[in-house]
Amino acid sequence: MRAVQTFAAGLILGATIVPGLANEAPPGAASCSGCHAAKPNVDTAMPRLAGQDAMAIAAALHAFRDGRRSATVMDRIAKGFSDDEIKAIAAWFGAQP
Amino acid sequence: MTGLRPSRRQFLAAAVGACAMFPRPLIAQGAQPRVVVIGGGFAGATAARFLKRTDARLDVTLVEPNPIFTACPFSNEVIAGLRDMRAQLFRYDRIAGDGVAVVHQAAAAVDGQAHIVTLGNGAKLNYDRLVLAPGSDPRFDALPGYDEAASERMPHAWKAGAQTMLLRRQLEAMEDGGTVVMSLPALPYRCPPASYERASLIAYYLKTKKPRSKLVVLDAKDTFSMQRLFENAWKELYPNLEWMPASAGGNPNGVDVGAMTVSSDFDTYKADVANIIPPQKAGRIAELAGTADRTGWCPVEPVTFESRLVPGIHVLGDAAIAGAVPKSAFASNAAAKICAAAVAKLVRGEMPATPKFVNTCYSLVAPDYGFSIAGVYQPVSGQWLEVEGAGGISPVDASRAFRSQEAKFANGWFNTITSEIFG
Repeated sequence: MRAVQTFAAGLILGATIVPGLANEAPPGAASCSGCHAAKPNVDTAMPRLAGQDAMAIAAALHAFRDGRRSATVMDRIAKGFSDDEIKAIAAWFGAQP
Repeated sequence: MTGLRPSRRQFLAAAVGACAMFPRPLIAQGAQPRVVVIGGGFAGATAARFLKRTDARLDVTLVEPNPIFTACPFSNEVIAGLRDMRAQLFRYDRIAGDGVAVVHQAAAAVDGQAHIVTLGNGAKLNYDRLVLAPGSDPRFDALPGYDEAASERMPHAWKAGAQTMLLRRQLEAMEDGGTVVMSLPALPYRCPPASYERASLIAYYLKTKKPRSKLVVLDAKDTFSMQRLFENAWKELYPNLEWMPASAGGNPNGVDVGAMTVSSDFDTYKADVANIIPPQKAGRIAELAGTADRTGWCPVEPVTFESRLVPGIHVLGDAAIAGAVPKSAFASNAAAKICAAAVAKLVRGEMPATPKFVNTCYSLVAPDYGFSIAGVYQPVSGQWLEVEGAGGISPVDASRAFRSQEAKFANGWFNTITSEIFG
């Protein structure tokens, strides 16, 4: 199942799967784990993104960007991303374990 | 795998072509691409770990003399007695556990043409690509009277560790009613907002522990990042803090360690404790490798962070001058992940993708009072620029609950980023 999911993620991003080679994060996505922990059990109030529903991540980013959801900093960050970039970032985190 | 071979061969052919005057016989045919990373801070340790994570087949070596890393972010809280130094310490075990060869040696020399790093013990490492992340060094020739010996009496505490604890002990030993003098340099230098965070937290320490004391901040600048947020907080919380911008005569122009004085353009201040943040430059090895220009910093290409002066060497973190990219731990970590992805592609002979990254810097003015500046960066016409309309500072009119939440997020950020790099 994991293999199928990984393969599916590869298809979404149009990547070729090579053993030992990780799928490349879409533009902007690598920065998120500076604040949103990749691993569980980190002492922080900021939510993990890995494994969350891609639609929900995209919806949250749109709401932050358009000022429909209040935030301390995510409103300022989301304004730097286009619809397509948001879609790719959301899909990437949705496909993380 | 077979699909990679022609492109790698093409890449090597191109590389040899570019270096035709200086053939590189040291790369063994058929060996895995070898990447050496010098410097195990936020930038270098991230790069080493993510290179291996991006392509497990890479041969990655991290060169870092210290067996334990001392983090600079939040060290201002240590200085103000709000945090234990042990919370700043991190080991490299997990990075080594991921398959990175961690070598606890200093890098003594880099031959950018032969692609060889010489270590302090004389050992030599060959590389296909080198990542330099040596951080910044104080310029001990820049502020008259302030040399390395002077920093033992008037600490800079701009590299976390013994200097941090020295400044903390000096503040603790100072009698109530004393004067603390801080000296701040002109841009660029490592994490400028941290100097105003430090002023705030020293003022917090004095207000709570030594209420008759005061802090004078002599600044070579007239404006600074998040200025309105800092100044509003100072007005509200710290009548004991006096900030002297350059235009008001605050520009620091020398110290006298014997007399314990710090001079500005207009006046001389007697200090009971002096914290001198000197002008800085890229870490020494960046200069030895030929990657630093006359400014003392290292110009780099966007996307790959490859040196504009020495091909095959990528410069990350505080040492680099990369357009609008700030010298912060967050940006160092984010840029290192982009550089790792680019280097992994370059050694396979592929074109790196066009990246984008985020910076978020938190500053604390009190334990429960924080704010932030954020920016989104992308390459535009050969330079990293901020995406317009995005980023910026926390609202100037936010509530104390908002500030308290940002202080909480600042702590969460530190735990998260250090877990990503060292955990």
